[in-house]
Amino acid sequence: MILRRPFFWIILLIAAGFIYAPLHGNNVSLREDLILIAIAIILASNLNLMIGYTGYVNFGHIVFYGLGGYVGLYLTTVRGWNLVLSALVAGVVVSLCGFLFGLAILRLRGAYFALATIGILQAVQAFVSNFDPWGRSTGMYLSFASYQPLGGARRALWITYFLIIAVMALSMILSLAIKNSKFGLGLFAIREDEDAAVVLGVNATLYKAIIYSVSAFLPAVAGALMFFKNGMIDPSIAFEYMLSLEGIVMLMLGGQGSVIGAALGGTLYEKLRSYLLTSPVLSNFHLVIAGGLLLMVVLFAPGGLIGWLYRWVPRSRKVIE
Amino acid sequence: MSGILASMIDGVLVGAVYGLAAMGLSLIWGVMDVINLTHGAMIALGMFCMYLLYAATGINAYLLLLPTIGFGLVIGLVVYWMAVHWVVGRSMLMSLLSTFAVNMMVIGIGTAVWSTSPYNVNFVLPGITMGAYTFTGNHIAAAISAVVIALALQLFLYRTRTGKAIRAVADNREAAELMGISSTAVLSIAFAIGIALACTSGALVSTLFPFTILSGAVYQLKSFVVTILAGLGKPFGALVAGVLLGLLEGVVTPFIAVSWIPLIEFGLFVVVLVAFPQGIFGKRATA
Repeated sequence: MILRRPFFWIILLIAAGFIYAPLHGNNVSLREDLILIAIAIILASNLNLMIGYTGYVNFGHIVFYGLGGYVGLYLTTVRGWNLVLSALVAGVVVSLCGFLFGLAILRLRGAYFALATIGILQAVQAFVSNFDPWGRSTGMYLSFASYQPLGGARRALWITYFLIIAVMALSMILSLAIKNSKFGLGLFAIREDEDAAVVLGVNATLYKAIIYSVSAFLPAVAGALMFFKNGMIDPSIAFEYMLSLEGIVMLMLGGQGSVIGAALGGTLYEKLRSYLLTSPVLSNFHLVIAGGLLLMVVLFAPGGLIGWLYRWVPRSRKVIE
Repeated sequence: MSGILASMIDGVLVGAVYGLAAMGLSLIWGVMDVINLTHGAMIALGMFCMYLLYAATGINAYLLLLPTIGFGLVIGLVVYWMAVHWVVGRSMLMSLLSTFAVNMMVIGIGTAVWSTSPYNVNFVLPGITMGAYTFTGNHIAAAISAVVIALALQLFLYRTRTGKAIRAVADNREAAELMGISSTAVLSIAFAIGIALACTSGALVSTLFPFTILSGAVYQLKSFVVTILAGLGKPFGALVAGVLLGLLEGVVTPFIAVSWIPLIEFGLFVVVLVAFPQGIFGKRATA
């Protein structure tokens, strides 16, 4: 079914490009650039499931990424588990947490939900900063021995990179699959008019809890991989509020509700950010520029870049989703 | 035991300032149905406004509240015309995101100018000593200022034409327009007052604790909790709920580490939202 969508193959092509480009000539600095873009795409795509599909803003989306990183690093370092297994377990554990959070805040609607997500981020950060097994506010470090099972540090970094690209491709495929499913249709109905959706038989509370927990899974896996690659984690890096906010900017810039929009926004914003951060004049103002960009998009082009493309080339809707 | 009592009294004093901050949020939310996510940034701006004014003049910090209120009104009007006017009445997502964008810009500029290192306003009023405990003069003066400003707002809303117009627009915007009230003017004034309250409470906080440009976020969370406790569009209820939250903090701080407080507040926020969607002091929904 999903194999027949042309866009599915486009996603695979993008992923293949991400893998081929840095391998060609063993270009490590290109790999490091692409890894940041991949993380941006993962965060924006999964945030899209909440904001774009369901119409619910999640300000604390980064909490999944950070928790995944903590669980993953704890399992690989303290328990000595293998990387792939720990990343998957991190994903499952965080999804379950997401479902529990979802149950706590699932009766809240619209803006109240958005406020609760800010609260979740601060509460989880407060919890982790006080949690002894995870090193409280100093965090955890990866022991160098953890690289050994993967054949040394150099190979381990490449393997982590490929895994992150796989998670990126899966994020986009997941978005595409949900968009073309009955479940996705239910989410769109909630976005357009929650009361009407409930009357028509959509179990809105359950749908919201499920999508909230689904949108937690891949970011958590990515967090586990990314913090394994970085070798250390602490609460201020793991739960970086700014990154959570920038995810929203990426999504709005590319076009909420669209699979490629999230990816495009993630790529462009990450490029812009790395340019701003390295420019001596503008490095202090990257947040100002991000905020300005978000304001412009909200006021003048709520559909983002893809909304603009759809308007001028209506046929593009058939291929680009 | 008397230690807990002292901590409670201190909590109540600080709580009045939380209440003042929440009044600003509650007013804007109630009048124009916009959740103002610039709130935390505006509290932080108020802190730095007080810091700069005090550094420049060195006079009694509580006299400097007046220029801070003026500053808040001006900033409020600017933000209203920049980001809020165009999204009033559009979906909640848009107003959340646009105020949020302004929040990012203010925090970004603030971080560039003042970095994120802590500042404090070095102004001390003599305290009152009772037995082994001393209540600092600043806490008492801040609480009194907060209550006075809250009362002034209450008088303004219920005794002046503009105040009544604000309440009319909050009740029913279309009906108010039919009565000849210019809702654009009223909305911009209400928004400016809301921001001025946020700035003022920030200025009060700056006389109590050290602060950074990011401190606003903490008080923003408290303001949300307080607003939810009080119920929407109940500015005076917000003051009472703020005092309650301060009291709660006063009761628990002797027993647990301060870093756990966001967790408790958030738990309270969710419990109240789920159990009392109309707020504890709000009227029950008549379905």
